[in-house]
Amino acid sequence: MYCMVFLALLLGTGLTVAAAFVDMGPMNNVVMLTIAGVKASLVVLFFMHVRWSTRLTWVVAMAGFFWLLILFGLGMADYMTRGWVAGTLR
Amino acid sequence: MSDGHAHAEPLRGPSYRTTGHVEGGHLASEHAHHPMLQHHFDDMGQQAEASTLGMWVFLVTEIMFFGGLFMAYLVYRHAAPSAFQEASHHLNVFYGTLNTAILIVSSLTMALGVRSAQTSAPPKTQVMWIVITMMFGAAFLGIKAIEYTEKFRDHIVPGPGFRWEGLYPRGAEQFYSLYFCMTGLHAIHMVIGLGIMTWLALTALKGRYNAAYYTPVEVAGLYWHFVDIVWIFLFPLLYLIGRHYHAA
Amino acid sequence: METLNYLNNGHGLASWLLTKDHKRIALLYLVSITAFFFLGGMFAFMIRLELLTPAGDLMASDTYNKMFTMHGVVMVFFFLIPSIPAVLGNFLIPIMIGAKDLAFPRINLLSWYIYVLGGLFTLVAALSGGVDTGWTFYTPYSTAAANSHVITAALGIFITGFSSILTGLNFIVSVHRMRAPGLTWFRLPLFVWSMYATSLIFILGTPVIAITVLLVAAERTLHMGIFDPALGGDPVLFQHLFWFYSHPAVYIMILPAMGVISEIVQAFSRKNIFGYSFVAFSSLAIAIIGFLVWGHHLFVSGQSVYAGLMFSILSFLVAIPSAVKVFNWTATIYKGSVLLDSAMLYAFGFIGLFTIGGLTGLFLAAVGLDVHVHDTYFVIAHFHYIMVGGAIMGYMGGLHYWWPKISGRMYSEGWAKLAAGLIFIGFNLTFFPQFILGYLGMPRRYHVYPPEFQVLNIASTLGATVLAVGYLLPMVYFTYSMFYGEKASANPWGARGLEWEIPSPPPTENFLVTPIVTHGTHQYAPSREVGIV
Repeated sequence: MYCMVFLALLLGTGLTVAAAFVDMGPMNNVVMLTIAGVKASLVVLFFMHVRWSTRLTWVVAMAGFFWLLILFGLGMADYMTRGWVAGTLR
Repeated sequence: MSDGHAHAEPLRGPSYRTTGHVEGGHLASEHAHHPMLQHHFDDMGQQAEASTLGMWVFLVTEIMFFGGLFMAYLVYRHAAPSAFQEASHHLNVFYGTLNTAILIVSSLTMALGVRSAQTSAPPKTQVMWIVITMMFGAAFLGIKAIEYTEKFRDHIVPGPGFRWEGLYPRGAEQFYSLYFCMTGLHAIHMVIGLGIMTWLALTALKGRYNAAYYTPVEVAGLYWHFVDIVWIFLFPLLYLIGRHYHAA
Repeated sequence: METLNYLNNGHGLASWLLTKDHKRIALLYLVSITAFFFLGGMFAFMIRLELLTPAGDLMASDTYNKMFTMHGVVMVFFFLIPSIPAVLGNFLIPIMIGAKDLAFPRINLLSWYIYVLGGLFTLVAALSGGVDTGWTFYTPYSTAAANSHVITAALGIFITGFSSILTGLNFIVSVHRMRAPGLTWFRLPLFVWSMYATSLIFILGTPVIAITVLLVAAERTLHMGIFDPALGGDPVLFQHLFWFYSHPAVYIMILPAMGVISEIVQAFSRKNIFGYSFVAFSSLAIAIIGFLVWGHHLFVSGQSVYAGLMFSILSFLVAIPSAVKVFNWTATIYKGSVLLDSAMLYAFGFIGLFTIGGLTGLFLAAVGLDVHVHDTYFVIAHFHYIMVGGAIMGYMGGLHYWWPKISGRMYSEGWAKLAAGLIFIGFNLTFFPQFILGYLGMPRRYHVYPPEFQVLNIASTLGATVLAVGYLLPMVYFTYSMFYGEKASANPWGARGLEWEIPSPPPTENFLVTPIVTHGTHQYAPSREVGIV
């Protein structure tokens, strides 16, 4: 079963490299991050045994990634809304 | 609520207290216990759960640690997407892909190593898996060393010596600042991982790990897999930006 | 003949420096934290001396910059952040959860050594000339222009951060996995809830400042353009990353103090806390929402208007759980049998001063008002009300409340009341004028000011002197009590809780018999009080 996960990970890598050479506009980023997310999830669930761990472990793992999203989300909320108020630079 | 008698109501409480009988009332010294059981734990199960939870909490701190760099990456890529694209092309996709594959293999061998300890495989087998994992880790670092040397040779190391021939030199320097910081931090973690693996191999050789006690192997494995996951995200974000704008 | 307890179980330096006992580690921290408190206090005194006169006559402006920087760095990173967690948390958490020790005793000891190492780096920075960037290390000054020992100080902070992380890790794993049989989450003391919430912040926030100071050091040495606009970098990015940790850091400083107050208020009102679950959840709410407000430090830095608005609303929201606690403490005291021991005096001081500090925080959360008072003494008064009037009062209250348990001795109540009074008076005299000064426009971090502000500045310095005396007194009478104090019983205050069921001072393994808990550990209801074995 580890081998199946392993093959899936290699497949995902190949896919992401191939997809990089295809022009999908902004979807490129989405595709790449999705594949990376799937690969990471496979490692977390199977290699790191979260699939068979307590709910607490699962919550801890999720909390880490979620907190990153807070940093990215609120942080980029600044950068991406600059210049939205007419007549200001901010 | 204040019943007063410990047995009159079913004992609610921490779910890891799996024993049906009341634990209280005994002194730890009365138990014969596994030589690796630390005295402040009640049993090996509690110790193992605490250790794995501890490593997971530590990994959360590592997520946030790398996260700061990813945030910087987000900000600068948002500010200068074309520059990042241009700069990313100078990275070697082949090396990057190869390194990704190498780390994935090393994760597999690590998982198999943990399983070998969990199933009380002979020490030699356990050590074999650990050593194979280390070899792949070393290979990864070797390729990174080659890449870094190439960067120095091509004068694209940020700082006073930076010379960029193409478009967007400012953005390119920023990209490479992030490249070196992110992959450098990752490489440092790999080196630490190799150190941990060395210790693990030596202790495994002594036959310390089996089904009753393999927590250090599990915990080291968690660390190793985490370092792999960081690379899983680093690789596309650094190596694969807008590759479709140039011929493969 | 003294009974065997954790203090006399093993003599000699090695038994202390190589201990795995969480109680001894707590005392190691107490000693080093007190030393840093003194150091930070001396820097504060230099500041207040300079500000006695409007002209910059006591020291050069560069030196003054170093004074307030070192005051901030030492007080924030080496005193406030570790104080209650490392001393009271380390000592009490295992006892309060009915365990023999924390989950990882050796890591606990390691965290102390790491703290000391980081402190040494910072001391070296101070002794070789100091840092003049402000404790906030804003770029590009800190990366490009400052000619002081930024990297040494940054490394000191980086290293000490790991001490926090390891402490938080230990607490989280211990509370999850080491509770005694029958000790469900909702039977835990509120101190444990607030320490747990604090530990969440340790884990989720500290790594971000770790990477940030590393990047500052990298930019300074390698000239990478990360934060320096001259090299293409973004200084606001530094502020985002810095405050992503440093705002939750202030909750690291206040949450443990709130936990202490919850304990003291119950013990000295002889009443269970009003609304236990609300207070417990409010700790978690503060920890979580506290991560969503950091942009209120960037209102005038060039952050986008909409981001500013979002952070403003979120900052108003974070005040709600704090208010819940204040209401619940008040409701607990109401119609309780109030005893005015010194610990309770600190609790009263906390509730009043924290309320003022918190409300002035709301003033600052309003973007329009913040534009007016940003970088003035108003801000300084606000955070000192919370950190000194709040956090340090909580720390002092906790030290007084649990001193008999920790040392096995009683201190002089008369001197303690005097000290509490001096601290309260000195504190208000020092910092209330600063609200006025700030509102009138006196900027922070300047060693010169317009002459019309002098009277208030003199009052502030006078207050600081009184405050200093107030802080010195406990050093004296606590030390005195260790040698000559009356021996304390297991429960000198008649309080409830697992820590009061064991001897003072406790034996090394805390409990000879694992306790079995059948109800909440704080039951001040007068009727039945049985069940903890």
